[in-house]
Amino acid sequence: MVVASAPPDTLAPSVQAVRAVLDAVCDPEIPILTIADLGVLRDVRIAAGCVTVVITPTYSGCPAMHAIDQDIRAALAAAGYGEVRIETELAPAWSTDQMSAAAHAKLRSVGIAPPAHGAHDKRALLGRKVPCPRCASLETERISEFGSTACKALYRCRSCLEPFDYFKCL
Amino acid sequence: MSSAHFEYVQRLGDNALILGQRLSAWCGHSPFLEEDIAMANTALDLIGRARMLYTHAAQLEGSDRDEDALAYGRDERQFGNFLICELPNGDYAFTLLRQYLVDVYHHQLFLALGTSSDPTLAAIAAKAVKETAYHVRRSGDWVVRLGDGTQQSHSRCQLALDELWAYTGELFAGDGIDQAMAAQGIGVDPAQLAPAWSETVANQLKQATLQQPRDEWQAGGGRAGLHTEHMGHLLAELQFMQRAYPGLKW
Repeated sequence: MVVASAPPDTLAPSVQAVRAVLDAVCDPEIPILTIADLGVLRDVRIAAGCVTVVITPTYSGCPAMHAIDQDIRAALAAAGYGEVRIETELAPAWSTDQMSAAAHAKLRSVGIAPPAHGAHDKRALLGRKVPCPRCASLETERISEFGSTACKALYRCRSCLEPFDYFKCL
Repeated sequence: MSSAHFEYVQRLGDNALILGQRLSAWCGHSPFLEEDIAMANTALDLIGRARMLYTHAAQLEGSDRDEDALAYGRDERQFGNFLICELPNGDYAFTLLRQYLVDVYHHQLFLALGTSSDPTLAAIAAKAVKETAYHVRRSGDWVVRLGDGTQQSHSRCQLALDELWAYTGELFAGDGIDQAMAAQGIGVDPAQLAPAWSETVANQLKQATLQQPRDEWQAGGGRAGLHTEHMGHLLAELQFMQRAYPGLKW
């Protein structure tokens, strides 16, 4: 027997299905990373047909957060979810340690040095040798504390001479 | 919730907003591109922090005011920021020296507020302290680079420091609201932050070959809404759109 697929407006939400939809929501400034990769997506809850998505801000003033909020709503609306709430959770504070290993590999693939693990360690937070994402040389230097976005710093490799972004450890 | 609690959180937001507004004015005018970006990003962190603090304050107040009402709908006398935050930017030395003195203060303050008995305030502080660690590193680097730089950069830094010093006393002069909040474990008695601040700043100034000014007359009044003549002009620019077109949306 063939079961007709439910029309979008009667879609019964499941957490797994919602997460699959959210896997297509990317950071607007580093679009290779999904919000799950980044650790911005904290939780998905469903109660009485209403989907609640819990997110956490990266930096206090990150302008991408507003865009991420809108992108989540748009993605879920397009997938047929009618009632969506977005909650912002501040504690525990977002840390680059919450980024997945897959996220690190993705960053490297586009020439961004991933954050050093161990944000609780002040030495990691405040500068340790950052390997060049292109040639892996440790002969790198910081050009500026802030790069193209709040979450990145600008570095230069002294071996291959390429400048690169470093996703700061926070 | 007490009104002291609301006031305490609101004026933490005032410091962040007013300093963020000042820094924003450098956007497009900094000496070179990397600095322009760094300055704008620091301003963004401060304004983002102000939004979180105002949103929390509005919830504590329990009225129909929101973050925008607190930022755009209050007059000068209702702002409780430190005077140092509202001073005009001056030259780059002045902006960075001011930033360094306030960054060190914020770093210690938010470190202490991380254990506040107000869980939302503690969460905001935990975020702020990590960002401020970067701010201190950057502004501190610049203080050394400019202070121990050329004769010109050194003398400008020294002038800036001499002028700013009279505004640093206010950072540690707590009032009744501070005392009440410290007693309840919500806030911090700012006087307790003074020794560590003084030690950190003294070391950095020494490294920057700058002469630490003597503690003489200190300005005050910001917490009580008694501002410098610059504050009204700052608010006129900050609030114009919402005053002219109340409720205007982007």
